Amino acid sequence: MAINSQHIVIIGGGPAGLEAASCLGTAGYRVTVLEKEKQTGGKLLIWDKLFPEFRNSDKVLNHLSNGFKTNPPQILTNAEVVSVIPENGQHRINLSDGQAFQADTVLITTGFKLYNAEKKEEYGYQIYENVITSFDLEKQLKTGNPIRIEAGLTPRRIAFIHCVGSRDIKSGNIYCSRTCCITGVKQAIEIKRRLPDAEVFNFYMDLRMFGQNFEELYIEAQQKWGVTFIRGRVSEIAENKDNSLQLKAEDTLSGRPIKMSFDLVVLLAGMVPEPRTVEIGKSAALEFTSGNFLAGLDSHISQNETNTPGIFIAGTCREPLSVAETLTDARAATVKMISWLRENETSHKKSLIKRDND
Amino acid sequence: MKDWGYSILKGRQIDFENNDFSIAEYITKHEPSFRWCIGCGSCTATCSAARLTDFNPRKLKLLIQRGEIKGLADEIAKCMLCGKCQLVCPRGINTRNVIQNIKRALNTCHAL
Repeated sequence: MAINSQHIVIIGGGPAGLEAASCLGTAGYRVTVLEKEKQTGGKLLIWDKLFPEFRNSDKVLNHLSNGFKTNPPQILTNAEVVSVIPENGQHRINLSDGQAFQADTVLITTGFKLYNAEKKEEYGYQIYENVITSFDLEKQLKTGNPIRIEAGLTPRRIAFIHCVGSRDIKSGNIYCSRTCCITGVKQAIEIKRRLPDAEVFNFYMDLRMFGQNFEELYIEAQQKWGVTFIRGRVSEIAENKDNSLQLKAEDTLSGRPIKMSFDLVVLLAGMVPEPRTVEIGKSAALEFTSGNFLAGLDSHISQNETNTPGIFIAGTCREPLSVAETLTDARAATVKMISWLRENETSHKKSLIKRDND
Repeated sequence: MKDWGYSILKGRQIDFENNDFSIAEYITKHEPSFRWCIGCGSCTATCSAARLTDFNPRKLKLLIQRGEIKGLADEIAKCMLCGKCQLVCPRGINTRNVIQNIKRALNTCHAL
Protein backbone atom coordinates (compact mmCIF):
# COMPACT_ATOMS: atom_id res chain seq x y z
CA MET A 1 0.00 0.00 0.00
CA ALA A 2 1.21 3.47 -0.81
CA ILE A 3 2.30 5.48 2.23
CA ASN A 4 2.69 8.62 0.21
CA SER A 5 -0.07 10.25 -1.77
CA GLN A 6 2.31 11.80 -4.28
CA HIS A 7 1.83 10.26 -7.69
CA ILE A 8 4.64 9.17 -10.01
CA VAL A 9 4.04 8.31 -13.64
CA ILE A 10 6.64 6.22 -15.47
CA ILE A 11 6.46 6.33 -19.26
CA GLY A 12 7.71 3.04 -20.67
CA GLY A 13 7.52 -0.42 -19.11
CA GLY A 14 10.87 -1.81 -20.25
CA PRO A 15 13.77 -2.74 -17.96
CA ALA A 16 14.36 0.85 -16.80
CA GLY A 17 10.68 1.59 -16.16
CA LEU A 18 10.01 -1.64 -14.27
CA GLU A 19 13.16 -1.41 -12.15
CA ALA A 20 12.33 2.19 -11.21
CA ALA A 21 8.70 1.24 -10.48
CA SER A 22 9.78 -1.46 -8.04
CA CYS A 23 12.23 0.88 -6.25
CA LEU A 24 9.68 3.69 -5.96
CA GLY A 25 6.95 1.26 -4.92
CA THR A 26 9.18 -0.16 -2.18
CA ALA A 27 9.84 3.41 -1.01
CA GLY A 28 6.05 3.78 -0.58
CA TYR A 29 5.11 5.91 -3.55
CA ARG A 30 2.05 5.56 -5.73
CA VAL A 31 3.33 4.63 -9.17
CA THR A 32 1.65 4.25 -12.56
CA VAL A 33 3.56 2.64 -15.44
CA LEU A 34 2.35 3.44 -18.96
CA GLU A 35 3.46 0.89 -21.54
CA LYS A 36 2.67 1.42 -25.24
CA GLU A 37 2.86 -2.27 -26.16
CA LYS A 38 0.44 -4.95 -25.00
CA GLN A 39 3.05 -6.38 -22.64
CA THR A 40 5.76 -4.91 -20.40
CA GLY A 41 9.39 -5.98 -20.70
CA GLY A 42 10.48 -3.91 -23.70
CA LYS A 43 13.16 -5.32 -25.96
CA LEU A 44 14.11 -7.93 -23.37
CA LEU A 45 11.12 -9.86 -24.73
CA ILE A 46 12.88 -10.18 -28.09
CA TRP A 47 16.28 -11.01 -26.69
CA ASP A 48 17.36 -14.60 -26.11
CA LYS A 49 20.56 -14.44 -24.07
CA LEU A 50 22.37 -11.51 -22.48
CA PHE A 51 26.08 -10.74 -22.64
CA PRO A 52 28.56 -11.44 -21.20
CA GLU A 53 27.45 -14.56 -19.32
CA PHE A 54 24.78 -15.82 -21.74
CA ARG A 55 22.07 -15.48 -19.11
CA ASN A 56 18.54 -16.01 -20.37
CA SER A 57 16.72 -12.71 -20.71
CA ASP A 58 13.84 -14.39 -18.82
CA LYS A 59 15.92 -14.25 -15.66
CA VAL A 60 16.04 -10.46 -15.78
CA LEU A 61 12.36 -10.29 -16.76
CA ASN A 62 11.53 -12.44 -13.71
CA HIS A 63 13.61 -10.18 -11.49
CA LEU A 64 11.68 -7.19 -12.81
CA SER A 65 8.25 -8.73 -12.25
CA ASN A 66 9.27 -10.02 -8.80
CA GLY A 67 10.05 -6.47 -7.70
CA PHE A 68 6.37 -5.73 -7.09
CA LYS A 69 5.74 -7.71 -3.91
CA THR A 70 5.09 -4.66 -1.75
CA ASN A 71 3.03 -1.78 -3.06
CA PRO A 72 2.82 -2.85 -6.72
CA PRO A 73 2.46 -0.12 -9.34
CA GLN A 74 -0.56 0.29 -11.51
CA ILE A 75 0.52 -0.94 -14.95
CA LEU A 76 -1.37 0.16 -18.04
CA THR A 77 -0.53 -1.52 -21.33
CA ASN A 78 -1.49 -0.30 -24.82
CA ALA A 79 -1.07 3.14 -23.30
CA GLU A 80 0.70 5.34 -25.78
CA VAL A 81 1.80 8.68 -24.37
CA VAL A 82 1.75 11.60 -26.80
CA SER A 83 2.67 14.53 -24.58
CA VAL A 84 3.67 15.66 -21.10
CA ILE A 85 2.50 19.17 -20.22
CA PRO A 86 3.28 21.09 -17.01
CA GLU A 87 0.07 22.01 -15.18
CA ASN A 88 -0.36 23.69 -11.76
CA GLY A 89 3.01 22.53 -10.48
CA GLN A 90 2.23 19.03 -11.65
CA HIS A 91 2.45 17.27 -15.00
CA ARG A 92 -0.36 16.18 -17.25
CA ILE A 93 0.36 13.06 -19.30
CA ASN A 94 -1.81 12.75 -22.39
CA LEU A 95 -2.42 9.41 -24.09
CA SER A 96 -3.21 8.81 -27.76
CA ASP A 97 -6.67 7.45 -26.81
CA GLY A 98 -7.60 10.72 -25.05
CA GLN A 99 -6.97 9.54 -21.48
CA ALA A 100 -4.89 11.80 -19.23
CA PHE A 101 -2.98 11.35 -15.96
CA GLN A 102 -1.81 13.88 -13.37
CA ALA A 103 1.57 13.28 -11.79
CA ASP A 104 3.77 15.06 -9.24
CA THR A 105 6.77 13.76 -11.07
CA VAL A 106 7.39 11.89 -14.31
CA LEU A 107 10.09 9.41 -15.24
CA ILE A 108 10.67 8.86 -18.94
CA THR A 109 12.04 5.40 -19.73
CA THR A 110 10.98 5.01 -23.34
CA GLY A 111 14.09 3.17 -24.49
CA PHE A 112 15.60 3.09 -27.96
CA LYS A 113 14.78 2.02 -31.47
CA LEU A 114 17.01 -0.16 -33.63
CA TYR A 115 18.77 1.80 -36.37
CA ASN A 116 17.03 1.16 -39.68
CA ALA A 117 19.73 -0.81 -41.51
CA GLU A 118 17.96 -0.28 -44.85
CA LYS A 119 19.42 3.20 -44.82
CA LYS A 120 22.88 1.69 -45.35
CA GLU A 121 21.84 0.56 -48.78
CA GLU A 122 25.38 -0.56 -49.65
CA TYR A 123 24.93 -3.43 -47.18
CA GLY A 124 21.74 -4.61 -48.87
CA TYR A 125 19.47 -5.16 -45.89
CA GLN A 126 15.97 -6.03 -47.24
CA ILE A 127 17.54 -6.30 -50.70
CA TYR A 128 19.65 -9.46 -50.30
CA GLU A 129 17.85 -12.25 -48.50
CA ASN A 130 20.85 -13.37 -46.45
CA VAL A 131 21.68 -10.00 -44.94
CA ILE A 132 20.04 -9.75 -41.52
CA THR A 133 20.37 -7.58 -38.39
CA SER A 134 21.46 -8.55 -34.88
CA PHE A 135 17.76 -8.31 -33.89
CA ASP A 136 16.77 -10.78 -36.63
CA LEU A 137 19.48 -13.19 -35.50
CA GLU A 138 18.46 -12.86 -31.85
CA LYS A 139 14.86 -13.70 -32.76
CA GLN A 140 16.13 -16.73 -34.68
CA LEU A 141 18.31 -17.81 -31.74
CA LYS A 142 15.35 -17.47 -29.38
CA THR A 143 13.32 -20.00 -31.40
CA GLY A 144 15.99 -22.58 -30.62
CA ASN A 145 15.76 -23.82 -34.21
CA PRO A 146 18.95 -24.58 -36.15
CA ILE A 147 20.46 -21.57 -37.90
CA ARG A 148 19.53 -21.63 -41.58
CA ILE A 149 19.83 -19.22 -44.44
CA GLU A 150 16.94 -18.41 -46.73
CA ALA A 151 17.40 -21.44 -49.00
CA GLY A 152 17.14 -23.74 -45.95
CA LEU A 153 20.87 -24.49 -45.97
CA THR A 154 23.30 -24.32 -43.09
CA PRO A 155 25.58 -21.29 -43.46
CA ARG A 156 29.28 -22.16 -43.65
CA ARG A 157 30.74 -18.69 -43.44
CA ILE A 158 29.16 -15.83 -41.53
CA ALA A 159 30.17 -12.17 -41.20
CA PHE A 160 29.27 -9.71 -38.47
CA ILE A 161 29.54 -6.06 -39.43
CA HIS A 162 30.10 -3.69 -36.54
CA CYS A 163 29.05 -0.02 -36.33
CA VAL A 164 26.05 -0.15 -38.70
CA GLY A 165 24.40 3.23 -38.15
CA SER A 166 26.92 4.16 -35.46
CA ARG A 167 30.07 6.30 -35.65
CA ASP A 168 29.05 7.18 -39.18
CA ILE A 169 28.27 10.72 -40.23
CA LYS A 170 26.65 9.38 -43.42
CA SER A 171 24.08 7.53 -41.34
CA GLY A 172 23.43 10.70 -39.35
CA ASN A 173 24.77 9.18 -36.14
CA ILE A 174 28.26 10.08 -35.07
CA TYR A 175 27.92 8.55 -31.60
CA CYS A 176 28.88 5.04 -30.54
CA SER A 177 25.98 2.71 -29.67
CA ARG A 178 28.34 0.98 -27.22
CA THR A 179 26.65 -2.39 -26.83
CA CYS A 180 26.93 -3.68 -30.43
CA CYS A 181 30.63 -4.63 -30.06
CA ILE A 182 29.96 -7.07 -27.25
CA THR A 183 26.72 -8.21 -28.93
CA GLY A 184 28.77 -9.08 -32.03
CA VAL A 185 31.15 -11.13 -29.90
CA LYS A 186 28.28 -12.80 -28.04
CA GLN A 187 26.36 -13.70 -31.19
CA ALA A 188 29.55 -14.90 -32.96
CA ILE A 189 30.10 -17.34 -30.09
CA GLU A 190 26.46 -18.45 -30.18
CA ILE A 191 26.81 -19.25 -33.88
CA LYS A 192 30.02 -21.20 -33.25
CA ARG A 193 28.29 -23.10 -30.43
CA ARG A 194 25.53 -24.20 -32.77
CA LEU A 195 27.62 -24.50 -35.94
CA PRO A 196 31.15 -25.52 -34.85
CA ASP A 197 32.26 -26.01 -38.45
CA ALA A 198 31.19 -22.55 -39.58
CA GLU A 199 33.77 -19.80 -40.06
CA VAL A 200 32.84 -16.55 -38.32
CA PHE A 201 34.43 -13.19 -39.13
CA ASN A 202 33.79 -9.87 -37.37
CA PHE A 203 34.59 -6.67 -39.26
CA TYR A 204 35.23 -3.83 -36.83
CA MET A 205 36.71 -0.33 -36.61
CA ASP A 206 37.51 -0.54 -32.89
CA LEU A 207 36.34 -3.14 -30.40
CA ARG A 208 35.03 -1.34 -27.34
CA MET A 209 34.96 -3.93 -24.58
CA PHE A 210 34.13 -1.56 -21.75
CA GLY A 211 32.17 -3.73 -19.35
CA GLN A 212 33.06 -6.30 -16.77
CA ASN A 213 34.08 -9.59 -18.46
CA PHE A 214 33.64 -8.12 -21.96
CA GLU A 215 37.34 -8.30 -22.81
CA GLU A 216 37.40 -11.84 -21.39
CA LEU A 217 34.57 -12.80 -23.75
CA TYR A 218 36.42 -11.28 -26.69
CA ILE A 219 39.52 -13.35 -25.80
CA GLU A 220 37.29 -16.43 -25.43
CA ALA A 221 35.83 -15.79 -28.90
CA GLN A 222 39.33 -15.94 -30.38
CA GLN A 223 40.89 -18.63 -28.19
CA LYS A 224 38.07 -21.07 -27.62
CA TRP A 225 35.79 -20.48 -30.58
CA GLY A 226 38.20 -19.42 -33.32
CA VAL A 227 36.28 -16.30 -34.34
CA THR A 228 38.37 -14.09 -36.65
CA PHE A 229 38.36 -10.33 -36.21
CA ILE A 230 39.26 -8.17 -39.21
CA ARG A 231 39.86 -4.49 -38.62
CA GLY A 232 38.19 -2.57 -41.39
CA ARG A 233 34.83 -1.07 -42.19
CA VAL A 234 32.95 -2.94 -44.89
CA SER A 235 32.41 -0.70 -47.90
CA GLU A 236 29.82 -2.75 -49.77
CA ILE A 237 28.12 -6.10 -50.14
CA ALA A 238 26.99 -7.59 -53.44
CA GLU A 239 25.00 -10.73 -54.08
CA ASN A 240 26.47 -13.58 -56.14
CA LYS A 241 24.39 -15.69 -58.51
CA ASP A 242 24.06 -18.42 -55.88
CA ASN A 243 22.72 -15.87 -53.33
CA SER A 244 25.98 -15.90 -51.40
CA LEU A 245 27.31 -12.47 -50.58
CA GLN A 246 30.50 -10.84 -51.67
CA LEU A 247 31.90 -8.40 -49.21
CA LYS A 248 34.57 -5.74 -49.66
CA ALA A 249 36.62 -4.10 -46.97
CA GLU A 250 40.10 -2.91 -46.30
CA ASP A 251 42.07 -5.25 -44.11
CA THR A 252 43.57 -2.17 -42.48
CA LEU A 253 46.19 -4.07 -40.50
CA SER A 254 47.75 -5.35 -43.70
CA GLY A 255 46.89 -2.16 -45.57
CA ARG A 256 45.27 -4.07 -48.41
CA PRO A 257 41.75 -4.34 -49.78
CA ILE A 258 40.07 -7.70 -49.20
CA LYS A 259 37.15 -9.46 -50.82
CA MET A 260 35.41 -12.47 -49.31
CA SER A 261 32.27 -14.52 -49.85
CA PHE A 262 29.73 -15.21 -47.11
CA ASP A 263 26.54 -17.25 -46.75
CA LEU A 264 25.10 -14.97 -44.09
CA VAL A 265 25.87 -11.39 -43.05
CA VAL A 266 24.70 -9.99 -39.71
CA LEU A 267 24.53 -6.21 -39.36
CA LEU A 268 25.13 -4.96 -35.83
CA ALA A 269 22.68 -2.07 -36.08
CA GLY A 270 23.00 0.65 -33.47
CA MET A 271 20.58 2.40 -31.16
CA VAL A 272 18.60 5.47 -32.14
CA PRO A 273 16.01 7.41 -30.13
CA GLU A 274 12.37 6.36 -30.44
CA PRO A 275 10.51 8.97 -32.55
CA ARG A 276 7.84 9.01 -29.81
CA THR A 277 10.46 9.95 -27.21
CA VAL A 278 11.43 12.95 -29.28
CA GLU A 279 7.76 14.04 -29.46
CA ILE A 280 7.27 13.63 -25.71
CA GLY A 281 10.51 15.47 -25.05
CA LYS A 282 9.45 18.38 -27.24
CA SER A 283 6.02 18.59 -25.59
CA ALA A 284 7.72 18.91 -22.18
CA ALA A 285 10.32 21.38 -23.54
CA LEU A 286 13.18 18.99 -22.73
CA GLU A 287 16.64 19.37 -24.16
CA PHE A 288 18.29 16.82 -26.44
CA THR A 289 21.81 15.52 -26.91
CA SER A 290 23.62 15.87 -30.26
CA GLY A 291 22.39 12.35 -31.06
CA ASN A 292 18.78 13.44 -30.35
CA PHE A 293 18.51 11.42 -27.13
CA LEU A 294 16.97 13.11 -24.08
CA ALA A 295 19.59 15.22 -22.33
CA GLY A 296 20.35 15.11 -18.62
CA LEU A 297 20.94 18.32 -16.72
CA ASP A 298 24.63 17.60 -16.23
CA SER A 299 26.77 14.89 -17.78
CA HIS A 300 28.53 14.11 -14.51
CA ILE A 301 26.42 14.94 -11.52
CA SER A 302 22.80 14.88 -12.66
CA GLN A 303 22.31 12.66 -15.67
CA ASN A 304 18.74 11.68 -14.70
CA GLU A 305 17.37 15.17 -14.07
CA THR A 306 16.22 17.33 -16.96
CA ASN A 307 15.90 21.05 -17.61
CA THR A 308 12.18 20.73 -16.72
CA PRO A 309 11.86 20.37 -12.92
CA GLY A 310 10.00 17.22 -11.95
CA ILE A 311 10.73 15.33 -15.17
CA PHE A 312 13.38 12.65 -14.94
CA ILE A 313 14.93 10.33 -17.53
CA ALA A 314 16.56 6.91 -17.30
CA GLY A 315 17.80 4.13 -19.54
CA THR A 316 18.38 4.14 -23.28
CA CYS A 317 16.09 7.07 -24.01
CA ARG A 318 19.01 9.22 -22.80
CA GLU A 319 21.97 7.31 -24.22
CA PRO A 320 22.87 3.82 -25.46
CA LEU A 321 23.29 1.55 -22.42
CA SER A 322 23.52 -2.17 -21.68
CA VAL A 323 20.77 -3.92 -19.71
CA ALA A 324 22.93 -3.88 -16.56
CA GLU A 325 23.67 -0.17 -16.98
CA THR A 326 20.00 0.56 -17.69
CA LEU A 327 18.93 -1.05 -14.41
CA THR A 328 21.61 0.86 -12.48
CA ASP A 329 20.55 4.07 -14.20
CA ALA A 330 16.89 3.48 -13.30
CA ARG A 331 17.74 2.95 -9.63
CA ALA A 332 19.88 6.10 -9.64
CA ALA A 333 16.99 8.09 -11.10
CA THR A 334 14.62 6.98 -8.34
CA VAL A 335 16.92 8.37 -5.62
CA LYS A 336 16.89 11.76 -7.36
CA MET A 337 13.11 11.58 -7.77
CA ILE A 338 12.52 10.80 -4.11
CA SER A 339 14.67 13.71 -2.96
CA TRP A 340 12.90 15.99 -5.42
CA LEU A 341 9.47 14.86 -4.20
CA ARG A 342 10.44 15.37 -0.54
CA GLU A 343 11.82 18.84 -1.16
CA ASN A 344 8.81 19.72 -3.24
CA GLU A 345 6.42 18.38 -0.62
CA THR A 346 8.17 20.41 2.10
CA SER A 347 8.16 23.61 0.08
CA HIS A 348 4.55 22.95 -0.91
CA LYS A 349 3.58 22.54 2.76
CA LYS A 350 5.63 25.60 3.73
CA SER A 351 3.85 27.71 1.15
CA LEU A 352 0.50 26.45 2.49
CA ILE A 353 1.50 27.26 6.08
CA LYS A 354 2.76 30.67 4.95
CA ARG A 355 -0.56 31.33 3.26
CA ASP A 356 -2.45 30.25 6.39
CA ASN A 357 -0.34 32.62 8.51
CA ASP A 358 -0.83 35.56 6.13
CA MET B 1 59.69 -5.49 -79.77
CA LYS B 2 60.03 -2.31 -77.78
CA ASP B 3 59.02 -2.63 -74.16
CA TRP B 4 56.88 0.44 -73.43
CA GLY B 5 57.03 -0.05 -69.73
CA TYR B 6 53.50 -1.32 -69.48
CA SER B 7 52.87 -4.52 -67.62
CA ILE B 8 49.91 -6.29 -66.15
CA LEU B 9 49.86 -5.45 -62.47
CA LYS B 10 48.80 -8.13 -60.07
CA GLY B 11 45.89 -6.81 -58.05
CA ARG B 12 46.62 -5.77 -54.49
CA GLN B 13 43.27 -7.09 -53.30
CA ILE B 14 43.36 -10.06 -50.95
CA ASP B 15 41.35 -12.69 -52.79
CA PHE B 16 40.23 -14.77 -49.84
CA GLU B 17 38.48 -17.45 -51.90
CA ASN B 18 41.54 -18.34 -53.92
CA ASN B 19 44.26 -18.02 -51.28
CA ASP B 20 46.36 -20.72 -49.63
CA PHE B 21 45.60 -21.38 -45.98
CA SER B 22 47.70 -24.52 -45.54
CA ILE B 23 50.46 -22.71 -43.62
CA ALA B 24 47.96 -20.92 -41.35
CA GLU B 25 46.21 -24.20 -40.61
CA TYR B 26 49.48 -25.96 -39.84
CA ILE B 27 50.59 -23.25 -37.40
CA THR B 28 47.18 -23.01 -35.69
CA LYS B 29 47.18 -26.76 -35.20
CA HIS B 30 50.65 -26.84 -33.61
CA GLU B 31 50.54 -23.49 -31.81
CA PRO B 32 46.89 -22.44 -31.21
CA SER B 33 47.92 -19.13 -29.63
CA PHE B 34 48.63 -18.03 -33.22
CA ARG B 35 44.95 -17.02 -33.34
CA TRP B 36 44.97 -14.82 -30.26
CA CYS B 37 46.58 -11.75 -31.86
CA ILE B 38 44.80 -8.39 -31.63
CA GLY B 39 47.19 -6.62 -33.97
CA CYS B 40 48.61 -4.22 -31.38
CA GLY B 41 52.06 -4.20 -33.01
CA SER B 42 54.14 -4.39 -29.84
CA CYS B 43 56.03 -7.38 -31.32
CA THR B 44 57.11 -5.28 -34.28
CA ALA B 45 57.94 -2.35 -32.03
CA THR B 46 60.40 -4.41 -30.02
CA CYS B 47 61.68 -6.61 -32.87
CA SER B 48 65.46 -6.45 -33.37
CA ALA B 49 65.11 -7.39 -37.03
CA ALA B 50 62.38 -4.78 -37.64
CA ARG B 51 64.76 -2.07 -36.46
CA LEU B 52 67.17 -2.91 -39.26
CA THR B 53 64.99 -4.35 -42.02
CA ASP B 54 61.38 -4.14 -43.21
CA PHE B 55 60.56 -7.31 -41.25
CA ASN B 56 57.17 -6.93 -39.54
CA PRO B 57 56.02 -9.86 -37.38
CA ARG B 58 52.50 -8.44 -36.88
CA LYS B 59 51.91 -8.09 -40.59
CA LEU B 60 53.61 -11.40 -41.35
CA LYS B 61 51.20 -13.27 -39.07
CA LEU B 62 48.23 -11.41 -40.55
CA LEU B 63 49.16 -12.15 -44.16
CA ILE B 64 49.63 -15.85 -43.34
CA GLN B 65 46.11 -15.85 -41.87
CA ARG B 66 44.79 -14.22 -45.02
CA GLY B 67 46.46 -16.88 -47.11
CA GLU B 68 49.01 -14.47 -48.60
CA ILE B 69 52.21 -16.50 -48.35
CA LYS B 70 54.26 -15.41 -51.34
CA GLY B 71 57.84 -14.66 -50.30
CA LEU B 72 57.24 -16.02 -46.79
CA ALA B 73 60.48 -18.04 -46.67
CA ASP B 74 62.58 -14.95 -47.37
CA GLU B 75 60.66 -12.93 -44.81
CA ILE B 76 60.95 -15.45 -42.00
CA ALA B 77 64.69 -15.74 -42.60
CA LYS B 78 65.02 -12.21 -41.19
CA CYS B 79 63.92 -13.33 -37.73
CA MET B 80 66.79 -13.95 -35.28
CA LEU B 81 64.60 -15.81 -32.78
CA CYS B 82 65.62 -13.45 -29.97
CA GLY B 83 62.16 -13.82 -28.42
CA LYS B 84 61.65 -10.21 -27.36
CA CYS B 85 58.25 -10.26 -29.09
CA GLN B 86 57.18 -12.98 -26.70
CA LEU B 87 58.10 -10.83 -23.70
CA VAL B 88 55.93 -7.92 -24.81
CA CYS B 89 52.88 -9.73 -26.28
CA PRO B 90 49.78 -8.68 -24.24
CA ARG B 91 47.88 -11.78 -25.32
CA GLY B 92 50.60 -14.20 -24.20
CA ILE B 93 51.17 -15.66 -27.66
CA ASN B 94 54.07 -18.09 -27.91
CA THR B 95 55.58 -16.10 -30.75
CA ARG B 96 58.88 -18.03 -30.95
CA ASN B 97 57.00 -21.25 -31.38
CA VAL B 98 54.84 -19.56 -34.01
CA ILE B 99 58.01 -18.64 -35.94
CA GLN B 100 59.41 -22.17 -35.54
CA ASN B 101 56.14 -23.57 -36.83
CA ILE B 102 56.14 -21.22 -39.81
CA LYS B 103 59.55 -22.69 -40.69
CA ARG B 104 58.30 -26.23 -40.18
CA ALA B 105 55.16 -25.50 -42.17
CA LEU B 106 57.22 -24.18 -45.04
CA ASN B 107 59.18 -27.42 -45.07
CA THR B 108 56.11 -29.60 -44.66
CA CYS B 109 53.45 -27.92 -46.76
CA HIS B 110 55.41 -26.12 -49.41
CA ALA B 111 58.67 -25.88 -51.16
CA LEU B 112 58.42 -22.11 -51.41
